Amino acid sequence: MPQKIFAPWDDPQEKPLIRFQNVTKRFGDFTAIDSIDLDIYAREFFALLGPSGCGKTTLMRMLAGFETPSSGTILLAGQDIAPVAPNQRAVNMMFQSYALFPHLSVWDNIAFGLRREKRPKDQVAARVEEMLKLTRLTKFARRKPHQISGGQRQRVALARSLAKAPKLLLLDEPLGALDKKLREETQFELMDIQEKTGTTFVIVTHDQEEAMTVASRVAVMDEGKLMQIATPDRIYEAPNSVYVADFIGDVNIIEGKAHQVGELVQLDWAEGQPALAARTDKNLGLAQTCYLAIRPEKVSISADRPGGANALQGEIIDIAYLGNLSTYHVKLPTGHVIKAQQANTRRISRRPFTWEDKVWVSWTETAAVVLDQ
Amino acid sequence: MRRLILIAIPYVWLLALFLIPFVIVVKISLSDTALARPPYFPQWDWSLGWAGIKDFFAELDFENFWFLTTDDLYWKAYLSSLRIALISTLMTLLVGFPIAYGMARAPEHWRPTLMMLVILPFWTSFLIRVYSWMGILSQNGLLNALLLGIGVIDEPLIILNTDTAVYIGIVYTYLPFMILPIYAALEKLDGSLLEAAEDLGCSRLSAFWLVTVPLSKQGVIAGCFLVFIPAIGEFVIPSLLGGSETLMIGKVLYEEFFSNRDWPVASAVAVILLLILIIPIVLFQRNQQKQAEAEG
Amino acid sequence: MNRLSPFNVVSLTLGFAFLYLPMIILVIYSFNASKLVTVWAGFSTQWYGELLRNEAFLDAALVTLKVAVLTSTLATVLGTCTAYVLVRIHRFPGRTLFSGMAFAPLVMPDVILGLSLLLLFIGVGVDRGVLTIVLAHTTFAMCYVSVVVSSRLVAFDQSLEEAALDLGATPWETFRLVTLPIIAPAVISGWLLAFTLSLDDLVIASFTAGPSSTTLPMKIFSAVRLGVSPEINALSTIMISIVTVGVIAASLLSKRAAVQRVREEKAAERA
Repeated sequence: MPQKIFAPWDDPQEKPLIRFQNVTKRFGDFTAIDSIDLDIYAREFFALLGPSGCGKTTLMRMLAGFETPSSGTILLAGQDIAPVAPNQRAVNMMFQSYALFPHLSVWDNIAFGLRREKRPKDQVAARVEEMLKLTRLTKFARRKPHQISGGQRQRVALARSLAKAPKLLLLDEPLGALDKKLREETQFELMDIQEKTGTTFVIVTHDQEEAMTVASRVAVMDEGKLMQIATPDRIYEAPNSVYVADFIGDVNIIEGKAHQVGELVQLDWAEGQPALAARTDKNLGLAQTCYLAIRPEKVSISADRPGGANALQGEIIDIAYLGNLSTYHVKLPTGHVIKAQQANTRRISRRPFTWEDKVWVSWTETAAVVLDQ
Repeated sequence: MRRLILIAIPYVWLLALFLIPFVIVVKISLSDTALARPPYFPQWDWSLGWAGIKDFFAELDFENFWFLTTDDLYWKAYLSSLRIALISTLMTLLVGFPIAYGMARAPEHWRPTLMMLVILPFWTSFLIRVYSWMGILSQNGLLNALLLGIGVIDEPLIILNTDTAVYIGIVYTYLPFMILPIYAALEKLDGSLLEAAEDLGCSRLSAFWLVTVPLSKQGVIAGCFLVFIPAIGEFVIPSLLGGSETLMIGKVLYEEFFSNRDWPVASAVAVILLLILIIPIVLFQRNQQKQAEAEG
Repeated sequence: MNRLSPFNVVSLTLGFAFLYLPMIILVIYSFNASKLVTVWAGFSTQWYGELLRNEAFLDAALVTLKVAVLTSTLATVLGTCTAYVLVRIHRFPGRTLFSGMAFAPLVMPDVILGLSLLLLFIGVGVDRGVLTIVLAHTTFAMCYVSVVVSSRLVAFDQSLEEAALDLGATPWETFRLVTLPIIAPAVISGWLLAFTLSLDDLVIASFTAGPSSTTLPMKIFSAVRLGVSPEINALSTIMISIVTVGVIAASLLSKRAAVQRVREEKAAERA
């Protein structure tokens, strides 16, 4: 039985859980959020990705109710949430610092929100036990926050914010305080818990790998604007701007003037050099300035001139050895440096290229993405 | 060798000028009053050698302490000191907490100035700060003139030379001791804890009770001890602002010594005062240690 | 934690009014021509004139200053030693007693300290005077200095001292060239604190002073016991002004130094 792919954003019938309509937030003269429109659907794992100061935290704090938009509206399940106080919202937040109450035990931290609802004691206890089990913290229930490890604290914070079964869970850099190895494990745990509970997650992060790993869709932000909203593979394979291409992963960018014939673009990029070919579905003006974005792993490197389009000769100036991969920096006679990545399938002593070797770099017409901004 | 000197200098100083004097106080508290110079008995007589030392110890007794229990002036003074210190500590807390809370919530660039304004009275003379209330509280003073002027009262209130004036004096002079530790605790309070409480369904007020108050508890305790401990032995405030019926042990001790010249009884009063103080001092130390551990 | 509610504004306003109004009133009435507190009889500086002609006050002020300078200097040396020993030397016989003695004078009532020292001086047979007051004041002031200096020593990065020793400095040179310059701000505040404590003290001085060494607080105390006196208002105003100017100047200086430092750090980042 073929499984239906989870993609409510492609379904015009689907109603979004959250809708930002032309939302702007100013702090004095500073515009933190600049007229944003954004839909987030139920059961999504949505990532807000951007450098620090891009407005992603402000966007999240508006959802939690700690900031109010200067203009525009935010709808949660069709309702304007502006008049709803943070303590009345069916939205919970996991804080970057975790904000665990230091004077309360793990158990009491998780029970904190439930007790505010005046639920009967046995219901609170049952729910706390359930959350402890979900986050594998049962053994630590009686400890105080300072008596457990960083990873455990992170899980307490998660359990506490999930305990009230919110419609929407906000996670502010949830893994920022953990070391790399623990972070990777926890990413999968988060995805697992998100799936089990069916809660909509909105995560804020500056770590592109994390966003790509956990999210169903990623929104890349810069200076209060949304640059692109798409699934992780679209963001990586089909960025819509130089900014997004450059922010996500490693990329070679070549600027030039376009001459388009049908789907094929010929790019004049340096005097006396043959034009570079690429395919696009965009319609570019004659001699319009545009950019080719080519991922290093899509650039091949060889000693002899390869057949086909887009072959350039240069000299290896640097090799970054990453264990499984090596990145070669090849300097062209025009001064451009092209990065090419190769898997190290052989032992290092048998590596075919070394410093100062003259080599050819090449890529196919479909490997490069043509960008006009 | 250098290290030895470094330790020895302050060590010897404190032994000679703090510990030994205190031993002398204990010794004299066990002696008898005498019409002599110095006015107590027995004296250490070096010329008699070992026998003199034996005689000396034989003469020591707890008679003065007995005397303190028989004359109700003394235990009334102890109780009244404790009562006045306790009430004024609570009043200082009531006045100080809102100020510290306001300071901690003030914009960050104001805080150093507010801090300086709280500390500034520390550097001005204690005596002058107490004295400044005499002109305000006296029967023909400014407060009465003001209240009479706006018609709140028909006759001047008698405040100066009553316990009320002592409370005001203690609250006023010790207020910074209360504000500073509470402010330090509140300022450290992570704002995201309050946001988390609100996010989990607390109102502002319940977030204050469930998060702010428990987390500033240690600052409050420290502040209370910093006011309570010195207030018990206070001398200047009751003698300038208090009346003749204001009994505080510091004042009794001072007068016992200078007016009655009864050194052994004064010493016994001092020894008991110190014994009373040991309890809050130990509790205070423990609170500070707990705080240090929580931070470390 | 950055939203001032009306409640906060009211409590701050009332709180600071309570802290400062009595002193402000005192200052205003020091310029009153009348001897009575409630009656304002016009502006006058006559009480300042009388104060300056009152030799007893001037003598007392001189004694107090002498005592305060000697006390604060001695207390700074002893207090810094105490702090260093308490923070850096973790094991020596009698350490518990030492740290107890360094702490106790902070919480001991003045009357007990004064009484015990007086009994000591009589027992030893020292004539009471400036010297005995200095000894007494130094004993409690050094403990305050020790607290101030210790807090700085605790925060001090000990690898700096290790680096100095590693580069061939003797322990004494290390202290003089590395430790002392870094803890200097705390030592200076310790000196100022000891100075103010000595200037301020009434009770201990009353016990330990001799007939010819009356200090200013003793003089003030015996004058105000009888009631409000305009001369004392004038004297208070002078003392309050000196302290206010001093504290504001010190805080401005330290703020300027901090701003300068931030600016230099930023400039260094950019370069």
